Amino acid sequence: MSMFAPIPHAHDSRTPAPASGPTPTRASGPWRDAASRLLRSKTACAGLAILALLLTAALFADVLAPYDPVHDADLYNRLQPPSAEHWLGTDAQGRDIFSRILHGARISLEIGLVSVGISLILGTLLGAVSGYFGGTVDLVIMRLIDILLAFPSILLAIAIVAILGPDLINAMIAIGIVGIPQFARIVRSSVLAVKEMEFVDAARAIGASDARILFRHILPNCLAPILVQTTLSIGTAILDAAGLSFLGLGAQPPQPEWGLMLKEGQSAFQTAVWVVTFPGLAILLTVLGFNLLGDGLRDALDPRLKR
Amino acid sequence: MLRYIVKRLVWLIPVLIGVTFLAFLLLHLIPGDPAQVILGERATPEQLEQLREDLGLNDPFLVQYARFLGRVLSGDLGRSIHTHEQIAVELMERFPATLELALAAMFVATVVGVTAGVIAAVRPHSWFDHLSMTGALIGVSMPIFWLGLLVIWAFSVQLGWLPPSGRLSHGIQLETITGLHLVDSVLTANWPAFWDSLAHLLLPAVVLGTIPMAIIARMTRASMLEVLEQDYIRTARAKGLRRGAIIVRHALKNAFLPVLTVMGLQFGALLSGAVLTETIFSWPGIGRYVVNAILARDIPVVQGSILFIATLFVLINLVTDLLYKAIDPRIRLE
Repeated sequence: MSMFAPIPHAHDSRTPAPASGPTPTRASGPWRDAASRLLRSKTACAGLAILALLLTAALFADVLAPYDPVHDADLYNRLQPPSAEHWLGTDAQGRDIFSRILHGARISLEIGLVSVGISLILGTLLGAVSGYFGGTVDLVIMRLIDILLAFPSILLAIAIVAILGPDLINAMIAIGIVGIPQFARIVRSSVLAVKEMEFVDAARAIGASDARILFRHILPNCLAPILVQTTLSIGTAILDAAGLSFLGLGAQPPQPEWGLMLKEGQSAFQTAVWVVTFPGLAILLTVLGFNLLGDGLRDALDPRLKR
Repeated sequence: MLRYIVKRLVWLIPVLIGVTFLAFLLLHLIPGDPAQVILGERATPEQLEQLREDLGLNDPFLVQYARFLGRVLSGDLGRSIHTHEQIAVELMERFPATLELALAAMFVATVVGVTAGVIAAVRPHSWFDHLSMTGALIGVSMPIFWLGLLVIWAFSVQLGWLPPSGRLSHGIQLETITGLHLVDSVLTANWPAFWDSLAHLLLPAVVLGTIPMAIIARMTRASMLEVLEQDYIRTARAKGLRRGAIIVRHALKNAFLPVLTVMGLQFGALLSGAVLTETIFSWPGIGRYVVNAILARDIPVVQGSILFIATLFVLINLVTDLLYKAIDPRIRLE
């Protein structure tokens, strides 16, 4: 059983869903209530504020960054502590850390969206098909998911990178694959709950196809848990990708990726701790932002869970 | 209960076959010729042919898998391409280091996490509750490799209190019995080695324990809050029992079950998640072994290690599950 009560259609479950299938993204009652609950939560707002900052950095890095993150290497100014000229200091190649962090925001956001996109699409498809059709299909898919879950997540990601070769794109693919089971399980359990509802029977009665019932009627009603999982997963994906880059299995030099910046800073941090302090802080804040928002969304979308 | 255990054990078979198959596939999913990838561009055709022969790449796919499975079942994980050592032997040499680190991390995480969770639940919305839960939220978002670097900088570089890397200082001798340094030093009453091992273990254990600590603290608080509202707690209070006794003997005992599950799952993750911590602290365990193998394209080692850790992970999860059911009679009755 899902932790979440499915948020009903704009139409009451007793009313047959019309063929056009309204999507719950429209400002319907339960979603509007959830949004207002979300905005009343201090933690969720803190998360939103952090993420707004991240988005600003990612979108306007070219304008905001005082130096080029890769090419402005000033070897006469290596490992300079924070100053008016270099707000967060310079790294071992004399590059401006502040500029690299701003550009790194773009990479991190990309990592989060791409890898969670992979998990979301594949996991939702697998979970939805598994839950909707049941029987042998369900058995086979869920056993495959069990096998994927038999691997500790970071290890599975490492194994996939070992196959594909170490670079950022492959790290994103690896993290995407690792995230599939969570989505598959959550979607499956929501689909199992929703498919028993009356509006699904109604859709079936008017002759809607399986695909139509699943994608137009059932899945839109499973959006709440998927949304929460997506938010939390983006944070985890960014953290894992930074970890892979730190091990040399993700982003490669001279990319201004935060995990890679920590790896590169390893040789100098004993005397110049700022080379690792700020990139790490950027990772922490970003992941925290997604976690705060995810927690807030969970409370807002399922008020029963809130104490 | 026995039927359940047997059912779960039987269920393990397909999962473990799947795990061996995935580990086996690793070599075959590499784009291009695995022998070429492993030996690099400069390999001669003879060397390539030799390696293909050694790895059995010339045989049909299913024959290769059957042979791989047969070898794995007899405990043979093959040999490293670089050191030519038995991978199973190399893994067993490194496993105690990883186990000791994971156990120490779990100990730190449990003691701190449960204590913080209980205090936070007993005094909800107090300053301690807010502080510890904010700390827990930061903990679950923590890039531990960064935390590792910062604690090395603070406690090793600046203060000089603790060693930054390794398991034992040069010049300190320790007889190996279990491979767990703390245990071995106690067994041989070698106190200099005990204190030295403890000093080496402290920073990596705290760093590795950070995320489980945060998760355990949150779980304990939530679980305790639920239990503290139960009627039997009110009864205990009405009987005039001391507050401490109510919290520890009545509430915590019941609130501990979900925490135990989380601990089991976290412990499995710790054994593998030690990859990053081991890299930062140059800890000679399995995590570092795998990463070095990947960077050196030593695919048989990657295969063997992944198989080893995944099997361990599956077994730990099973034990957690069984333990959970053994402790809670309500679940056992179902």
